[in-house]
Amino acid sequence: MARFKKAGKKETPELNMGSMSDIIFMFLFFFMVITTMREATLKVKLTAPQATEIQKLEKKSLVANIYVGKPLSPNENTLPPGEVSVQLNDQTIKSEELVSDVRDFIGTEKESRDAQDRDKLTFSLKVDKDVQMRYVNTIKQELRKNNALKINYAASKKVEK
Amino acid sequence: MAKRKTPGLNTGAMSDISFLLLTFFLLTSSINTEQGIPRKLPPPKNDDSKEVKVDINRRNVLNVLVNFRDEISVNGDVIMITELKDKAKEFFANPTNDPSLPEKQSKSIDGLGDFAVSKGVVSLTNDQGTSYNTYVMVQNELQRAVNELRDETALQYFGKKYNALDSSAQRAITTAIPMSISEAPPIDYSNTGAAK
Repeated sequence: MARFKKAGKKETPELNMGSMSDIIFMFLFFFMVITTMREATLKVKLTAPQATEIQKLEKKSLVANIYVGKPLSPNENTLPPGEVSVQLNDQTIKSEELVSDVRDFIGTEKESRDAQDRDKLTFSLKVDKDVQMRYVNTIKQELRKNNALKINYAASKKVEK
Repeated sequence: MAKRKTPGLNTGAMSDISFLLLTFFLLTSSINTEQGIPRKLPPPKNDDSKEVKVDINRRNVLNVLVNFRDEISVNGDVIMITELKDKAKEFFANPTNDPSLPEKQSKSIDGLGDFAVSKGVVSLTNDQGTSYNTYVMVQNELQRAVNELRDETALQYFGKKYNALDSSAQRAITTAIPMSISEAPPIDYSNTGAAK
């Protein structure tokens, strides 16, 4: 009744890999759609504070980021007494140039947007939670002087117990 | 002619390539994390015109002060951060028309009719040495107080929560319960050799 297969004669069948690459491509497109490219390499270490009442910013193209936190490497420029760096675009800024650099940053960010979008431009302050308010206050004052009034305190969602 | 079977293409390498692309995108991208507490700064003051001191009645101001040890005081009483929301809520709502809490002004608002709008303003003062974390927590609690009041009013008038309303109803609610925080210039008690 039973027929025994002859061992050792059969080749392993080739697996069809085509559908696997389809699946991977689907993953790829999914990630491409939901994510955005990191614009700047972070040179400061920051943990955003947690908050419950946060809102999502609507248009990512209308957001300019200002990072404040501990420098990641000792070569970065810091503000006195040397524990906090402010990063605009791709580099940390020197303390004596803080005011002028922030002003230039606001100017260039505003100019790179269309005229009708300029008022909607939001400056997102991404500040480490341990930073003292004095640095934030200086930046806020500069923003105010330069008529960049829409700001955002970046925070991460706190899970409510 | 006999039909020839098409030879199977080896597509394993293709999935390798797409794996590489996938990992590249995973590493270089970040999921949208643009979220936070939005605020509006007051417009810059004109140097020409002298600053007009607005005489606000004492009962209309809630003085919130955060010192360099991250302690919070409201109108002179030291409180915990957890109490702040209820204090602010009571201050804005003034349900019993307490004479020590802010006055209300009746305004007619589209969609709500006459509504007693609170004249209360939270005056927030921080120290230069206050940690950013505490500052954001205070802002968050104040925002939460206002959001809860907005939700309650929205439920009362429209039967829905604030976020579920359409934009005109939302505008009516925001006029009825404004978010009024005024930030005083920071003080510097902890002058310990840092900037400025």
